Amino acid sequence: MDVLYFAWVRERIGLPKERVETNAATVSDLVTELRAREPRYEAAFADLSALRVALDQELSDFDAPLSGVREVAFFPPMTGG
Amino acid sequence: MRIAVQEEEFDLGAEANAFAAGGTADGAIVTFTGVVRDLARGDLDVMEIEHYPGMTEKAIAKIADEAKARWSLGDVLVIHRHGRLAPGDKIMMVATAAPHRKDAFEAAEYLMDYLKSRAPFWKKEITSDGADWVAAKDEDEDALGRW
Repeated sequence: MDVLYFAWVRERIGLPKERVETNAATVSDLVTELRAREPRYEAAFADLSALRVALDQELSDFDAPLSGVREVAFFPPMTGG
Repeated sequence: MRIAVQEEEFDLGAEANAFAAGGTADGAIVTFTGVVRDLARGDLDVMEIEHYPGMTEKAIAKIADEAKARWSLGDVLVIHRHGRLAPGDKIMMVATAAPHRKDAFEAAEYLMDYLKSRAPFWKKEITSDGADWVAAKDEDEDALGRW
């Protein structure tokens, strides 16, 4: 699946988008896999309460299942308007 | 209904006039415009706005559809910019048209409250000292509770 990062999450991880091969069942499982990769991922995902997630461009949550999902995005709370 | 997510400037007068020329059933037009505010120190060089292309348009359409379901609205306009803006630049506008003013005002406030915390935009303030992502405010999240 494609994993996208925005704002300071993108800056901490150092890229806006990557292809991730995973069998993670839920968003939380995917986060656990990503955190184990490298310190920059650990730094970005250290505090999940500071993060939001979208699945296929719809706001979701960390307990949500990933089956059938093509695009996951992680970002901080939004500051539009 | 028109939703525009764009880098370029928009002409507030032209947009408001075009929107107001929409029909004769609506007796009330409300417009709101958001402007880049300088920092208290007066040293903001650039406000950089990042967004999530694809999701942004969908999220705004969903918010606008919800407003149309809740209030009696003839039309809705949302323009939101991204990219590098300077203090004083217009960031965004919403306009609502309704038969009566209460619907137009309330729907415009609803749109603004939801655009602040449910449309995927992120603001970064850049000064000569560095750059800081703008943190979401608890009061913006709390504001959704009244709807």
